[in-house]
Amino acid sequence: MITVNGKQIQLTSEMSVADYLEQNNYQINRIAVEMNEEILPKYSYSETMLKDGDRLEVVTFVGGG
Amino acid sequence: MASERILSKEEIETALNERHSPEKQKLLSAGQVTIAGLGGLGSNVAYSLARIGVGHLHLIDFDVVDITNLNRQQYFMEHIGMYKTDALKSLLLKINPYLDIRTDCVKVTEENLKELFADAQIVCEAFDNPVAKAMLVNGILEHFPEKKLVSATGMAGYESSNIISTKRMMKNFYLCGDRVTEPTYGNGLMAPRVAICAGHEANMITRLLLGEEDV
Repeated sequence: MITVNGKQIQLTSEMSVADYLEQNNYQINRIAVEMNEEILPKYSYSETMLKDGDRLEVVTFVGGG
Repeated sequence: MASERILSKEEIETALNERHSPEKQKLLSAGQVTIAGLGGLGSNVAYSLARIGVGHLHLIDFDVVDITNLNRQQYFMEHIGMYKTDALKSLLLKINPYLDIRTDCVKVTEENLKELFADAQIVCEAFDNPVAKAMLVNGILEHFPEKKLVSATGMAGYESSNIISTKRMMKNFYLCGDRVTEPTYGNGLMAPRVAICAGHEANMITRLLLGEEDV
């Protein structure tokens, strides 16, 4: 079980942060990901495997300013 | 005729101290804020911070003022075609000619980010483009985790003012906006709501300068 933006999610298979983001249709170039209260640099999305208890916060940026 | 007299530094300081108290004004005058993006968010944030006498401002934008900016950005007809950095600096100096204002007329990239933001005490993300927003936020959090970062997302249209809020996402990362409303046909970026969001950014920055870290 992991937590993403406050919601509990049961993962059905082993996956990386990049896999999770892709499966959930996040646009990689419009987000910032915090994992267990630290920023997760983009280059480590694919090498970071999700494990039980991980807490992700995915911030999605929309246009406008 | 309106008065064209330039106020002295002492006159402005006295007036700011009267409004804010000398103790608080000292912190504001010593403050340094780097504003990235000088559109509807950035120009309004800069106006607020200049008015309360935040002493050191660094303004970054690569663009020129366009006629479609006048619906929400703090520019005038005479600025159309001018670089926003030059136009905004000249306006802020009309409010307070003793502010230290540095400008960089460049596009922020992953390559120049480290150099551009090295001196920043507080970074204000005020871009329009979502890809640029994400790039800047990722870059600052990754390279400068000790700096305070105030960003914004979701402020288009004329939905309720009251769903725009400030949230502390991480220790040094604050996010303002309604988080979802992007500009669409008939629901574009408009002065009132963009200014509300800019007000959230400017007030969070003010709180940080005055030692308040909670939203």
